Amino acid sequence: MSVIKVSNLTYTYLGSEKPTLKEINLVIDKGEFVILTGPSGCGKTTFCRCFNGLIPHFYGGDLKGDVVVSGLAVRDHPTSELSQYVGFVFQNPENQLFALSVEKDVAFGLENLGLQRDEIRRRVEWALDMTEITHLRESAPYELSGGQQQRVAIASVLAMQPEVIVLDEPTSFLDPLSAKKIFEVVSRLNTELKITIILVEHRLDLAVMYANRVIVMDGGRIILSGHPREVFNSEKAYLTGVGIPKTIRLFQLLREDGIELAYVPITPDETAQLIREALKL
Amino acid sequence: MIKVENVYFTYPNGVEALRGVTVRIEDGEFVTIMGENGAGKTTLVKHFNGLLKPTRGRVEVDGIDTRDASVAELSRKVGLVFQNSDHQLFSETVEEEIAFGLRNFGFDAPTISKRVEWALNLLDLVEYRKSSPFMLSGGERKRLALASVLAWDPKIIVLDEPTIGQDYQQKVKLREFITQLNAQKRTVIVVTHDVEFVAECRPRVILMSHGEVVADGPAPRILTDYDTMTKVSLLPPQVTQIFLRLSDLNLPSNIIDIYEAKQLLSARICKAGSK
Repeated sequence: MSVIKVSNLTYTYLGSEKPTLKEINLVIDKGEFVILTGPSGCGKTTFCRCFNGLIPHFYGGDLKGDVVVSGLAVRDHPTSELSQYVGFVFQNPENQLFALSVEKDVAFGLENLGLQRDEIRRRVEWALDMTEITHLRESAPYELSGGQQQRVAIASVLAMQPEVIVLDEPTSFLDPLSAKKIFEVVSRLNTELKITIILVEHRLDLAVMYANRVIVMDGGRIILSGHPREVFNSEKAYLTGVGIPKTIRLFQLLREDGIELAYVPITPDETAQLIREALKL
Repeated sequence: MIKVENVYFTYPNGVEALRGVTVRIEDGEFVTIMGENGAGKTTLVKHFNGLLKPTRGRVEVDGIDTRDASVAELSRKVGLVFQNSDHQLFSETVEEEIAFGLRNFGFDAPTISKRVEWALNLLDLVEYRKSSPFMLSGGERKRLALASVLAWDPKIIVLDEPTIGQDYQQKVKLREFITQLNAQKRTVIVVTHDVEFVAECRPRVILMSHGEVVADGPAPRILTDYDTMTKVSLLPPQVTQIFLRLSDLNLPSNIIDIYEAKQLLSARICKAGSK
């Protein structure tokens, strides 16, 4: 069942001569974990803005084609309505958090939906638990580390029980272990709650193992879409200058020497295992 | 040369960000400072151009105690490019932005215009010269922040998290650029937690944690020290992680480079195949 359906989307920003998105067609099914990547300026962020209607409602411009999210054509529904279905998490959590306590930040969106007090309390508990920040409920967001703040931002979005969560480079400011923790939390939302994840990311080494699909954009178009093992092992990905995870680069370099590992590895564990197998020849 | 001697620094809100840091950086070195979020990396480099002065201990730049010099004097020697370029940019146009520092340092008009041209070209910003810095993309803004510092040709260049938000191609360019600056005898100091980037650059690595220096040495030694790396919330590069999992096979344990990894594994697998 598709949760996002994009047909013939071409979009030009107000005052811009050339379109930023060109003839995009895409179907994302419910429960997918999609990594969206591509060189800076390829249109990734612009594309994501179409999913909650910031484009065209806030940015204006000229939108051709259709974007349907959770059965709603974004052109016909305001961002406030679409936000109940699509949650956003951005690069810098400081721009997203504002309340005096974690709990209040997570409750804010729900209060605006006009939900009952009990329901708000229940959902806040649940979101804090899922993102493993229950112990931080009384803390002020500005006192927290970057990684904790980002989990608060995710909890705030999660509390709305969206069908889709879009994360735009959520770990850029985080050290690797904090980043890994974020990806693990996001992966849990995906596998346990079947929330569709769209992760915009340059930092592929750590994220790729959680994704079932990678989409590569270049020049406003989708140029590759498929399983991470196929996409990153393709010549096109290499030529586009996408960062290829080092496990896959090693697979390719060994192949140049005539050594064929059994499949394309995406984690160090898999790679080490395949090398052991190759040594048993 | 930068000499940091037993430096403590406490922010006005009472947070003790540096707790007895001693480090020496020679002229012409290429150093990265790594560590967990909040380890004190940015606080430390802000001491290099005098933006912060030690609460205790001393920092010397070329023999001058930073407490005895103004930020303006020190900035002439030490150019600092901040993590968030939005905190650094404010002019109406890109070329104005680059000229600003030069004007403040009292360069004459012909020199300013020559240096602005040079910096615009160097960082591929010529087409944006009349644009507002805030119309640029995140990656372009970072290049502009770098251009405006390089324009006055400081001998020590400090880059705070330069790879954030940069795609792979831009990181390759950044690496080439740093190598080039370093080859021209400039000291380059990079604050980062981008382990793969550091593995490709192979600089000296200083690891910080909770306001202290916990390790200092060449990249192949520091990045492959699993326990120390994870203690400071970093992970060894993927190539190293593969070799750590194969440690029973008598392979070297200090591999961070993918080509070196390929050669070693290729030779080993071929040998096993011919037996």
